[in-house]
Amino acid sequence: MNKIESKDVNFFYGASQALKNINIAIKPNTVTALIGPSGCGKSTYLRLFNRMNDLIDNTKINGQVLIDGDDIYAKGVNVDSLRKKVGMVFQKPNPFPKTIFENVAYGLRVNGISDKKLIEERVETSIKQVVLWDEVKDKLKKSAFELSGGQQQRLCIARALAIQPSILLMDEPTSALDPISTAKVEELIYELKTKYTIVIVTHNMQQAGRVSDTTAFFYMGELIEHDNTKTIFTNPKIERTQNYITGRFG
Amino acid sequence: MLSGTVTSLTVVLIVIFLFKEGLGVFDKKPVEDGYVIALNKNNPVQKLSSEQIKNIYDQKITHWSELGGKPDSIVLFRLEDISNFYSDDEIGANFEGLPNCINRLIDSLPDIIAFFPDKYLDKNFKGKQLAVDKISFKEFFGGKEWFPTAQPSAQLGVLPLILGTLWVSLGAILLALPLGLAAAVYMSEIANDRVRRIMKPLIELLAGIPSVVYGFFGLVIIVPLIQKTFNLPVGETGLAGSIVLGIMALPTIITISEDAMRNTPRAMKEASLALGASKWQTIYKVVVPYSISGISAGAILGIGRAIGETMAVLMVTGNAAVIPHSILEPVRTIPATIAAELGEAPNGGLHYKALFALGCILFLITLFINLTVEFISNRNKYNKH
Amino acid sequence: MPDENKLAKSKKRKQAVAFGIFRILTYSIVAILFIILSFIIYKGISVINWNFITQMPTEGMTKGGIFPAIVGTLCLVAGSMIFAFPVGVLAAIYMNEYVKDGIIKKIIKQMTNNLAGIPSIVFGLFGMSLFVNKLHFGDSILAGSLTLGLLALPVVIRTTEESLKAVDNTFRHASLGLGATKWETTRRVVLPIAFPNIITGLILSIGRVSGETAPILFTVAAYFLPKLPTSIFDQAMALPYHLYVLSTSGTDIEATRPIAYGTALVLIIIVLIANLLANGLRKYFGKKVKMN
Repeated sequence: MNKIESKDVNFFYGASQALKNINIAIKPNTVTALIGPSGCGKSTYLRLFNRMNDLIDNTKINGQVLIDGDDIYAKGVNVDSLRKKVGMVFQKPNPFPKTIFENVAYGLRVNGISDKKLIEERVETSIKQVVLWDEVKDKLKKSAFELSGGQQQRLCIARALAIQPSILLMDEPTSALDPISTAKVEELIYELKTKYTIVIVTHNMQQAGRVSDTTAFFYMGELIEHDNTKTIFTNPKIERTQNYITGRFG
Repeated sequence: MLSGTVTSLTVVLIVIFLFKEGLGVFDKKPVEDGYVIALNKNNPVQKLSSEQIKNIYDQKITHWSELGGKPDSIVLFRLEDISNFYSDDEIGANFEGLPNCINRLIDSLPDIIAFFPDKYLDKNFKGKQLAVDKISFKEFFGGKEWFPTAQPSAQLGVLPLILGTLWVSLGAILLALPLGLAAAVYMSEIANDRVRRIMKPLIELLAGIPSVVYGFFGLVIIVPLIQKTFNLPVGETGLAGSIVLGIMALPTIITISEDAMRNTPRAMKEASLALGASKWQTIYKVVVPYSISGISAGAILGIGRAIGETMAVLMVTGNAAVIPHSILEPVRTIPATIAAELGEAPNGGLHYKALFALGCILFLITLFINLTVEFISNRNKYNKH
Repeated sequence: MPDENKLAKSKKRKQAVAFGIFRILTYSIVAILFIILSFIIYKGISVINWNFITQMPTEGMTKGGIFPAIVGTLCLVAGSMIFAFPVGVLAAIYMNEYVKDGIIKKIIKQMTNNLAGIPSIVFGLFGMSLFVNKLHFGDSILAGSLTLGLLALPVVIRTTEESLKAVDNTFRHASLGLGATKWETTRRVVLPIAFPNIITGLILSIGRVSGETAPILFTVAAYFLPKLPTSIFDQAMALPYHLYVLSTSGTDIEATRPIAYGTALVLIIIVLIANLLANGLRKYFGKKVKMN
């Protein structure tokens, strides 16, 4: 069964249509890269999966987005639970003005978990998952702002993992990082794949090539092509994809 | 270019003029220029403080023994008492005999203390003039009584005024802070754009109403209301001042803390929501902590506004210069004291300088507040990277 | 793991309660504003008529109008702006266009902030000791205007600075690139673009100055002076001080109350007009700039 599936999805900001008839199926435990020039709709599309676009006034969606077979835009869907299932990591590291520990514990606390031991356990596992434990275990009580940018971003990933999602959305997670931190995050994505289904938006073609199993190319709100990453990069069926990948536009 | 430094120049000038006059208070004696206090030459008491003189004339001190003298009761003498001792003939139609009379009187009564203009001091004065200390810092800042026109010795304790100011301002901020913060949160995080567009000018208008109009409103509405509600003899109380000042401090608190909250990065709020937090959880767990320095800056500036406010307070607090014990008593603040008394204080006199000293205190308090706010907003501890 | 739906419901309920409280508190602030305004309008409107505006006070200020107070306030506003507007605008231009970022700019900024934070009664003290006593202006419109002008200075400087900052740098670069000097650029390019916003600042400071009482207590204000000032060295009555006098120390407080309401209303009207005008201008020019 597909983990995520979108059927004829159209999305509007007011009168202007941002996404046109998107159909994609994503298998569990894979990494899917969304690529395309700025303003092509890839970030908008990503934010449909945890209903983040609900926060923007005057937007409209039609079509279906299915996660584990359930339409997440159906009536009566509990958005909080959905967002617990679908974690998100943002472009810039955006830790909360709290301690390192509290940052990771945040998602648990707002979801009504107050068992101290459980929280401690989860925080530790999550930070270990992002290979940050050795760097921060002695300063869990310090402000998260004291970490470097790369550490902050891994902390934000840990924060998303702590509530045990099954899907991880990443919106250009390395665009604000230096090459070494970027490499660490990419390595992490590769490892996390075994437990999570990952969808990543990226500007960086090489990154898409390195980390993803399938790649979807968006252009002007349309899905041009979605295929195995290898195929897209070596032998795309559509010329426009080829042009983009080889850098002739975009 | 001179104009660029005009504000700095003004601040410096204000400091110079204020402090030149204000510090002059410590160079003055509490007994009015041109007057003397005299004792019998055999009285062992050499020196009296301003407070002691006042207590003697208020008859709270009645025996010299309380002042380290003989165990006799004190005989008070003011100039108008002279006719009890001497006839009009002896004094003379133009008071030409007065110095002699006073001289004889002081010489004859061993327990007398006399207060009179120094022009009536006899050339061969046989008593001794009492040395009176200049006003000391301790007396000024520690004194519990403000009565600058007291005779023979002015009482210049600013403690009741400072406490009155803080008291009223504290009350104001306690009222204004919850209201102001709620409005700031509502406007920046909850309300939609349309509501915000209506609210903004309204808050600006609230800030634009002159303080004397607030005072007037307080006087005709709030003061009678308090009097009735609490069944008081007068409604002009610290509470009335706090309410009016609280309303006046609202725009400052709202504008500044709203700005601060609105500066919370969108991504940070989205991260919270993406973790399944509700909007409300996001506000109190992320937005408020993130903008806490801006919010405190708003609160502190609100206090500053309340401390410096003059007219509204002057009109509604009743202006009794006593240390307040409850919010339902009249109090008097520093600015109100200056406004109420400067008109009657003779230029360059002790009272005048004392009021300038009050101005200095006020200036220092507000300067301190400004610098604190500057410090808080510059700290920016959350934006290191 | 707690029951998901129950949790979601409780979160929603808490949020609804919190938001409800915030909404009520916010609206109560609006209510306070409207109570103050409508009370003064309701009580004052019947007092205001042509005679009230144009006649001298009579019978111990229990009858007659407030003409000299209006004229006095107009004189003070005009006088303070004649001083504060050019000086403030020049100071802002100097700060924004000429001084480079650094310690000096920081100090000047800090000083402007400090000046803005000084309570108005301290301005009153200062004005009295400098203008009235030291410079021997006496209690006069001149002394009062200068004191009020100093008070308004930070407002003018700040609004002007903000409007200058809002002018896009490309305008400056384009002009400089064409060989214009810095001053020519400022005068012919930057100022015209920033002008509407500067005027908005001017109007707001007029609103502020016309309501100030504490600074004029000891520099100009006359308790009762049923004639118009003839020179800048005359004392004058002023609206805010007049309201203070009427409401606290008139000869017959009850009889003067209607006049006090009328005076308060006139003050409120001035502030309202200033605010509306400023907002209107802001909107009007805001659109215009966007269209360009």
